[in-house]
Amino acid sequence: MAHQQKTSDLKKRMRDALKGGGDKAIKKQKAIGKLTARERIIAILDPNTFHEYDLFVEHAAKDFDMDKKYLPGDGVITGTGILIGHPVCIYAQDFTIAGGSLGWMHSKKITKIMDHALKLKVPIIGINDSGGARIQEGVNSLAGYGEIFYRNTQASGVIPQISVILGPCAGGAVYSPALTDFVFVVDKISKMFITGPEVIKTVLGEEISMEELGGAKIHSEITGNSHFYAESEMECFDQIKSLISFIPWNNMKKADKFPKKGPKTRKYKIENIIPTDPKQPYDVRNVIKAICDDSEFLEIQKQFAANIVIGFARLNGDTVGFVANQPNVLAGVLDVDSSDKAARFIRYCDSFNIPMVTLVDLPGYLPGVDQEHAGVIRHGAKLLYAYSEATVPKITVILRKAYGGGYIAMCSSHLKADFVFAWPSAEIAVMGPEGAANIIFKKEIMSAENPDEMRKKKVNEYRKKFANPYVAAAYGYVDAVIDPVETRKMLIHAIEISLNKEVISPNKKHGIPPF
Amino acid sequence: MKKETKIRYNTINIDNVKYKTFLTKKFKNRKPYKKPELNIIKSFISGTIRNIYVKEGDKIKSGDKLVVLEAMKMRNDITAMTDGIVKKINVKDGENIIKGQVIVEIDA
Repeated sequence: MAHQQKTSDLKKRMRDALKGGGDKAIKKQKAIGKLTARERIIAILDPNTFHEYDLFVEHAAKDFDMDKKYLPGDGVITGTGILIGHPVCIYAQDFTIAGGSLGWMHSKKITKIMDHALKLKVPIIGINDSGGARIQEGVNSLAGYGEIFYRNTQASGVIPQISVILGPCAGGAVYSPALTDFVFVVDKISKMFITGPEVIKTVLGEEISMEELGGAKIHSEITGNSHFYAESEMECFDQIKSLISFIPWNNMKKADKFPKKGPKTRKYKIENIIPTDPKQPYDVRNVIKAICDDSEFLEIQKQFAANIVIGFARLNGDTVGFVANQPNVLAGVLDVDSSDKAARFIRYCDSFNIPMVTLVDLPGYLPGVDQEHAGVIRHGAKLLYAYSEATVPKITVILRKAYGGGYIAMCSSHLKADFVFAWPSAEIAVMGPEGAANIIFKKEIMSAENPDEMRKKKVNEYRKKFANPYVAAAYGYVDAVIDPVETRKMLIHAIEISLNKEVISPNKKHGIPPF
Repeated sequence: MKKETKIRYNTINIDNVKYKTFLTKKFKNRKPYKKPELNIIKSFISGTIRNIYVKEGDKIKSGDKLVVLEAMKMRNDITAMTDGIVKKINVKDGENIIKGQVIVEIDA
C-alpha cells in the first residue's frame, strides 16, 4: 500500500469511529435536549484544542455474542485539551454507544486518562452519561469501576476533579462523582441514584419517579451530592469555566492572579447591610459582595443547606474561599447539613492553597430530636476538625452574633484562625442575652413582683455587659475591632502578610476526621 | 428598600430568642419525633409472610418469634418487643405486605 492509501485507510477508520452510535441514536440523544459526548467536550474546551486518544480501542467482551458487535471507542471519548489557557484531561461517556455502558476497555480508557492527569498534575473533567455497568461483561465491568474509584481517591487533593452529570449515572457509577471535588448537574438531564425507582418499588413498595428520586433539583437541594445546578448544558459549561478560573491547577500551585478590582460599592454598601438587632435577617452574600473584587462571588451548593454560604471570590486579584453563616435562612444556625457542606469546602481550600475568610453571625447549633438523631454531634465535629486541621491563612470576621459552640466552630482564634476581626456590632457570648439572663438570674426573675419587667431589666444588663466584642477583645480572642468599611483593607493586608505562613503539624499518616 | 417590608419571614427559636428568617423545605418537612409503640409490630420492609408462630390470645414474652417476613431473598424473624398477649394478627400466611403495614398488635 502506498502512503496515500494508508492515510486514506486511516481517514476511513476515523470516520467510522467518529460516527458514534449512529444517526438514530444521536437523534434520540438530541430529542431530550442533550448534546453528544464529542459536542460536549468541544463546548467545554477552548476552540480547536481537543486532542483525542484511544479512538480505535475496541471492547474485549466475548460472551453473549458481544464479539460480533462493534462499539466505536467502546463508548467513551478521552483526551486532553486546553481550558482557559491551561491544560486539562477530559473524558465523556457516549450514551449513543451501547447506552454509554461501562465495560473493561471503556474503563481502561478512563483510568488511562486519569493516570495522565495525575502524572501531568492537571485537572480531570469527567462527563458521565451512562446506563451503568455493561452486564454482558460481568465482573470485568465491576473491576472497571473499582479501578476508577481507586484513582479518584489517589487524585483527591492533588488535582482538581470535576464530574459533570449529563444523563443517567446510577448504581456503582455514581460513586466516582461522589469521590470527586465538584459535581455539576443539569435540570431534567442529570439522574443519580444507587438503586433506581423500579428496584425501590419491588423491594419497598414505594413509588417514585426518577426525577423525584435523583434528579438535578433533588441533589442540589436535598442530598447535597451536587455543587452546581444549571438549567441547560451550555449554562453548566459556563459554570465549569467560571469555577476553573478560581482554582489552582494542582495542589502545588496557587490560583491564577487576576487584575485587581474594587467591589461595586454603590450597589453594596457594607455599612448598611446588617440590621443592628441580632434577631433581624439579611443576606450575608451582600456582605461578601461588598468586600470582594468586582463584587463577583461564585457560590457553591447554593440551594443545599442554605443556612451556610460557601464559595470563591477574589481579594486584590487572589482567590479566597468564603464561608459565611446566612441569617436569612434558619437564622444561620449550624446543623448536620451545613456543617458537612462547610467542612468539605474548608478541606478543599486547604488542599489547594486557597486562603479562607469566615464571616460569623449565628445563634448556635439547631436544636431538635431530628438533628440529634441524625448525628449532629459527629457532623458538627467535622467543622471543628476541618478548621483546626487547615493550615492555609484563616481570617475570621465576626459580624454580629457569635454564640456558644457556634462561636468556637466558626474558625475562632482557638481553632487557630490567624486573624480574628470583629465589627462593633459583634456579640461574642456563651448564648443570646435572653437565654443567658433567664438562666443566670432565674431566682431574681421568679421572685420579683413583676417577673416580666425584671427579666427585661436583667436581659438588658447582660446585653450591655456581655453582648459586645470587647469582652473577647480584652482576652485577646479578637485581634482587632474594626469599622465595617475597613473590612476589605484589613482582609487584603492579613492575606498578604500570611503568604509564607508555616504550621508544623505532628507527623502522621492522616487524621481520623468524624466522617 | 420599600420591597423589604413586604417580605414575610418565619421565626425560629434558639435559646429563647425568636429570630426572623426563612425556613428551608427540608426543615419544614422534618418529621416530629414520635415515641415508638412497642406493642404495634409493623413491617420494616415490604415482603411476604412465610410463617406465623403465634395465635390471638397467646401469652408472649419480649424476644419471642411472631412471624417470618421474607424480603430481598431473606427470611426475617419478626420478634416481639414487649411482653403481653397477642391481641390481633392482621396477616395471613403467604400474604404480601407493604412497608409500614401492621402485622401484629399486642396487649402489653
